[in-house]
Amino acid sequence: METKKTSLYQLHQDCNAKFVEFAGYQMPIQYSEGIVEEHKFTRNHSGIFDVSHMGQLFIYGGDELIKDLEKIFPLDLKNLKLNHSKYSFLMDKDAGIQDDLIITKINEGFLIILNAACKNNDFKILKELLNEKYKMVLDENRSLIAIQGPKSSQILNDVIDGVNDLNFMSGNWFLFDNQKVYITRSGYTGEDGFEISILNNFADKLTRELIDKGSKLVGLGARDTLRLEAGLCLYGHDLDKDKTPVEANLKWAISKERISKGGFMGSDIIIKQLNNGVTKIRVGIKPEGRVIAREKTKIFNQSDVHIGEITSGTFGPSVNGPVAMGYVENKFSEKNTKVFLEVRGKKHAASVCSLPFYKKSYVKGSN
Amino acid sequence: MSEVKYSKEHEWIKLEGDVATIGITKHATEMLGDIVFAELPEKGSSVEKDGTAGVVESTKAASDVYTPVSGEVLDTNQEIVDDPSKINQDPEYNAWFFKLKIKDKSEMDSLMNKEDYDKFAKESNS
Repeated sequence: METKKTSLYQLHQDCNAKFVEFAGYQMPIQYSEGIVEEHKFTRNHSGIFDVSHMGQLFIYGGDELIKDLEKIFPLDLKNLKLNHSKYSFLMDKDAGIQDDLIITKINEGFLIILNAACKNNDFKILKELLNEKYKMVLDENRSLIAIQGPKSSQILNDVIDGVNDLNFMSGNWFLFDNQKVYITRSGYTGEDGFEISILNNFADKLTRELIDKGSKLVGLGARDTLRLEAGLCLYGHDLDKDKTPVEANLKWAISKERISKGGFMGSDIIIKQLNNGVTKIRVGIKPEGRVIAREKTKIFNQSDVHIGEITSGTFGPSVNGPVAMGYVENKFSEKNTKVFLEVRGKKHAASVCSLPFYKKSYVKGSN
Repeated sequence: MSEVKYSKEHEWIKLEGDVATIGITKHATEMLGDIVFAELPEKGSSVEKDGTAGVVESTKAASDVYTPVSGEVLDTNQEIVDDPSKINQDPEYNAWFFKLKIKDKSEMDSLMNKEDYDKFAKESNS
């Protein structure tokens, strides 16, 4: 299958991007300044991320759609206000995570942002679960541009007036060049920021204007170090079908209103795990030295017993040291528990820590 | 006069008498990106030609560092362990990795000179 290009491909080339193939797309892993500089620039100023490979699924419908989606997602969608977003998961009947996603209530129904590698499969699953009752569009005509970091609201507001007024995890329609763009205040870096859904033909122009105002393109490499410092999960690594949201330590994302009655995909297992606990759980892991523990690194306890595995690990440029997360047996998940990581045959001391590694600076909404 | 040669694994080696100083090439650092971790061989240990003698890691991945010649490790560069970004800043030749007392000077013969290495690096890039 031929790899796809996003509508910013030319711009990436103009900015000397190094490309990698990711989920069937040619995506920029970094630009000339490199991952560490791009990471720091996002934390201190403003970074632009092309995330157009992600799925933008529009599902059109009213009250009946809300009821049907509640049979799938562990969310209180009846009470989700217009233009408000929630983080959630598409689970299978055993509560295994098939994707993690952001769902936003829009006037005509819902907009769901899906992971690139999962989007086609998600579409198929959702279509079946919804019995093809609703119009569903996995929109390939729209690009998705994220702008993240403390200067981003000012920069974006200079280009699209009014975005400053958005609260965290909410969105609205705005105009750019007389085109409707849907903007949410959200992101994947632990910084204040926005995601802009815009017609492909206008994505390049918008991005160039944001660059003119002082933002810079940032590649997938820094996107990964930023999200890991922020303690955020990456699907296919920290989350997959063999893990449930409770095991992933994401029970905060399950609406309390839904736990007592259940009735969503995987609810039997979720309720059971919430009542009885789980055997493994996702935790932050901070190595003591400079050694980086990558994905699949084995975790041992102080008696040299294998108790888990790293699912993401890298060097955190803002933390200025290695950071990781992984799954350990529940009894070793207490903060500050000493563990050992086996890297290249040697055991290195580390400890279980709370997430995030880097403190968030989201702009909080009133609700 | 010292002689600098290059390996296919993108190490440089500078020979003075029977002491070889070894590091990784500028080309290697450009391929790796920002280096954030370096691990060096133990002083006093012996390393064998083409064997692993260290590790460098970028934010993305870990890569082995090989030694282009055999010998005994006389010294290692703690500065690059404490601040691995020095490797990106000046790979040739301030950010050296380790010094060897070499066993067999003839092992130098199969290595490339600057001109051949530059050509090799350019080709391996495409």
